[in-house]
Amino acid sequence: MSSNIIPLSSLPIGKKARVKSIITNGTQRRRLLDLGLITDTVVEALQKSPAGDPVAYQIRGAVIAFRTEDASGILVEAI
Amino acid sequence: MGLSGRSTGMSVLSCEQLPVRAASNMKVISLGGNPNVGKSTLFNSLTGLKQHTGNWPGKTVAIAQGIYRHRDTDYMLVDIPGTYSLMANSEEEKIARDFICFGNPDAAVIVTDATCLERNLNLVLQTIEITPKVVVCVNLLDEAKKKRIDIDLNALSGQLGVPVVGTSARTGAGLEELVDAVHDIACGITISSPVRIIYEDVIEEAVSIVESIVNDIIKDKLNSRWVALMLIEGDEELISSLKTYTDCDLTAYEDLADKLIEVKERLNKAGIDQDSLRDRVVSQIVKTAEITAAKAITYNNKKYNSTDRRLDRILTSKSFGIPIMICLLGIIFWITITGANYPSSKISDLLFWIEDKLTAFCSGANAPSWVHGLFVMGIYRTVAWVVSVMLPPMAIFFPLFTLLEDFGYLPRVAFNLDKYFKKACAHGKQALTMCMGFGCNAAGIIGCRIIDSPREKLIAMITNNFVPCNGRFPTLIAIITMFFAGVIPGPFQSAVSTIILTGVIVLGVAMTMLISGLLSKTILKGLPSSFILELPPYRRPQIGRVIVRSVLDRTLFVLARAVVAAAPAGAIIWIMANINIGGLSLLTHCASFLNPFARLMGLDGYILMAFILGFPANEIVVPIIIMSYMAEASILEMGSLTELKELLVMHGWTWVTAVCTMLFSLMHWPCGTTCLTIRKESGSLKWTAVSILVPTAAGMILCFIFANAARLFGAL
Repeated sequence: MSSNIIPLSSLPIGKKARVKSIITNGTQRRRLLDLGLITDTVVEALQKSPAGDPVAYQIRGAVIAFRTEDASGILVEAI
Repeated sequence: MGLSGRSTGMSVLSCEQLPVRAASNMKVISLGGNPNVGKSTLFNSLTGLKQHTGNWPGKTVAIAQGIYRHRDTDYMLVDIPGTYSLMANSEEEKIARDFICFGNPDAAVIVTDATCLERNLNLVLQTIEITPKVVVCVNLLDEAKKKRIDIDLNALSGQLGVPVVGTSARTGAGLEELVDAVHDIACGITISSPVRIIYEDVIEEAVSIVESIVNDIIKDKLNSRWVALMLIEGDEELISSLKTYTDCDLTAYEDLADKLIEVKERLNKAGIDQDSLRDRVVSQIVKTAEITAAKAITYNNKKYNSTDRRLDRILTSKSFGIPIMICLLGIIFWITITGANYPSSKISDLLFWIEDKLTAFCSGANAPSWVHGLFVMGIYRTVAWVVSVMLPPMAIFFPLFTLLEDFGYLPRVAFNLDKYFKKACAHGKQALTMCMGFGCNAAGIIGCRIIDSPREKLIAMITNNFVPCNGRFPTLIAIITMFFAGVIPGPFQSAVSTIILTGVIVLGVAMTMLISGLLSKTILKGLPSSFILELPPYRRPQIGRVIVRSVLDRTLFVLARAVVAAAPAGAIIWIMANINIGGLSLLTHCASFLNPFARLMGLDGYILMAFILGFPANEIVVPIIIMSYMAEASILEMGSLTELKELLVMHGWTWVTAVCTMLFSLMHWPCGTTCLTIRKESGSLKWTAVSILVPTAAGMILCFIFANAARLFGAL
C-alpha cells in the first residue's frame, strides 16, 4: 500500500480524493457501494458538524455524512 | 413525523398484506424511488389521498395505497418505501423489492431527483433488471432548472430503453404525461426494450448456466436472468421471499443446487469470491449509471449547489450550528405562543357562550340537574377546554414545524446532534425520530423503524417520550403563561414564555441523551452501529400546501383524538365529583389517597389523578385539573388564564407546583396511543413496560428532587 492512501476520515475539509478500497464487510459495505462508492469514485470532504463528527462528503452529486468510525473503513487517495 | 391515520399505526399494512385489486380490471402501479425525491408529493397529487410528505428514508415504510382514474381505467397506486437500492440490505429495501417482484405491479414507476440523477439511476437500473415494465419519472425538474442542470429526457429514455417522463410534482407539471406513460406500459401499448447491464464475461457465463435451470423452475413468475444472478450472489432473502409469495422452494431442486456449486467454483477459480462478486455486480451498475448520466445531463453551472453548501456552512457551523437550532425552535415557540393568545380567548368566549345557552336550554326544558351536570358541566365543558386551549397552539405549531421539515432542516439537526447520540451509544437517526416526537410520540415510535439495529431502535423508542408532543405543548404553554410570564408586563410576556419553553425542550433533549446513554450502559449494552446520513438539497417549502396539509392531516386528527378522549374523561370527572361516599365525593377520596405521594413530588392528588386520567390523551390533563378543582368549588366562571390562575392558586399552587407539573408533563408515562404503538412496534410487553417505567421514574425523581430542594431553600 503506498503512503498516499489514507482513510477517508483523515481527508482534510475541502480536499478531494479517489476511493481505492472499502475495508468493511457485510451490509455496511453494500450500503457504501449503493451510494456509488466504487473504486475511483471522487469524493470531497465538505464540512464537519459542530462537534467535529460526523463529516459531510460530496459523493456523486449527493451529500452524505459519515461518522469517523465509518469513514475510516473507506481508503482513498488524495488528489 | 407524519401524523395521519396511517402514520399513527391505524392502517399500517405489513408486507404480507400486499394490496389486492379491488376489481379484476384495476391496474396496480408501484411507486418507488430514492428517499427525498418528492415521491409522497407525487403520490398525493395523483391520488388525492391525504398523507404526509416524507423527508427521511423509511418514512413511507408502511405501504400506502391510493386510487386514481385515467382514461377510463382505475389505477391502484402503491407507495413503496423510498430506498437507494433493491439489494434487500434493510427492511425497507426488502419490502420495496418484494413488492416489485411479487406484488405483480402492471407498471413500476421509479421517481428520481433531477438534481441528483446519477445516484438515482442506480435504483432505476436495479429495477429494470427485475422487470421491463418500468416508467422513470424525473421529478424536481423545476429545482434542476434553477440550478441550471439540463436533462435530455429523450436521450435518457434511449439509454435506458424505458419511457422517461419529466415532472415537477409540486406544481403538477408533467403529471398528465406521467399517467399517460404509465397507462401505455400497464396496458401493454408500449413495449419497452430495457437496457441490459452486461457484466464481465466470467459472470455472464455463470449467469447463463444458472438461468436456464431457473427458467424451468420459476417460468415467467420472475425475470430468470436476475434471479440467477441473485442466486449466484448468495441472496438468501430472495429464496425465502420466493417461498413465501409463490410457494416455490428453490432449495428443493438438486440440479439447481449442483449448478450453483459448480458456477461458484468456476468463479472462485477466476478469483471471484462471494464478496468480490457483489462488488463487481454493484460496480457495473454504478458505472452504467455514470455513463447513462453523462450522456443525458448537462451542468451549465458547475457550482450548482453552492447555495446549499453556503447554507450548510452556516446552519451546521461549529459556532452557530447549535445556537441557530435553538433559536429556530425558539422562534417557532414564540410565534405559537403569541399567535395562540387571541384565537384562544375568542374560541373560549364562543364556547362558553354556547355553554350558557345550553344551561339555559336545560333549565328551560326542566331537565333533571344530573343531565345538565353530566352533559354540560362534565362532558361539554371538558371538550370546550380541550378545543380552546389546544386548538390554536396546535394549528400554529404544526405548520411551522412542517415548513422547517419541508425546507430540509431536520437532517441538519441530526447532523448537528449526532456526536452526542454517538456518545450515548445510540443511533444517529434517533435525532430524527426524536424530532418526529415533537409532532406526536406515537409517530416518533413508528419512525423508529428507520433504525435497523434492534438495540438502538429500542433505545429510541424508550426515550421518545422525553420530547413533549404537540398535545403537551399547550399544557406547558398555559402553565408558563400563568405562573412565570404573567407577572411580566405586555410585550415581554411571550418572549419570557418562549425562553422558558425552549429551556424545557432543551431539558427534554438532554434527558433523551442522558437516558439513552444510561440504557446503553445497563439493560441495552452495546456499541453504536454505523449509519449513513444524507443531507438532501434544501428546497423552498410549499407554504400553502403545508398549511392545508398540517391542518387537515395533523391538527384535526389530533384534536379529534383529544376530543374523543376528553368527552368520557369529562363524564368520569363529573360523576366522581358527584358521587358522595361518607360525605366526601369519590373525586376527593381518590385525590386524598394520591395526595401524600403526589405531595412528595411537589404536585397534589388532583394533578396526579389528572395525569392518570389523561392517559388516553395528554391534551386533557389541564382540563381535568380545572374540572376537578371546579367540581370542588364550581362557582367560578372560567374565562381567561388569569381567572384560571386564581383557581389554581386557590387550590394551593405555587411556582414550585407549576415547575413540578411541567416536569411531570415532560416526563411521565406515554399516552395510550403511544403505549399501544410501542407494544405493536417492539412486539414485546416487557419493553412496553420499560418504556412506561423509564420516563415515569425519571419524572418522579426529578420532581422529587426539585420540590424538596425548593422546600429546603424556601425554609432556610
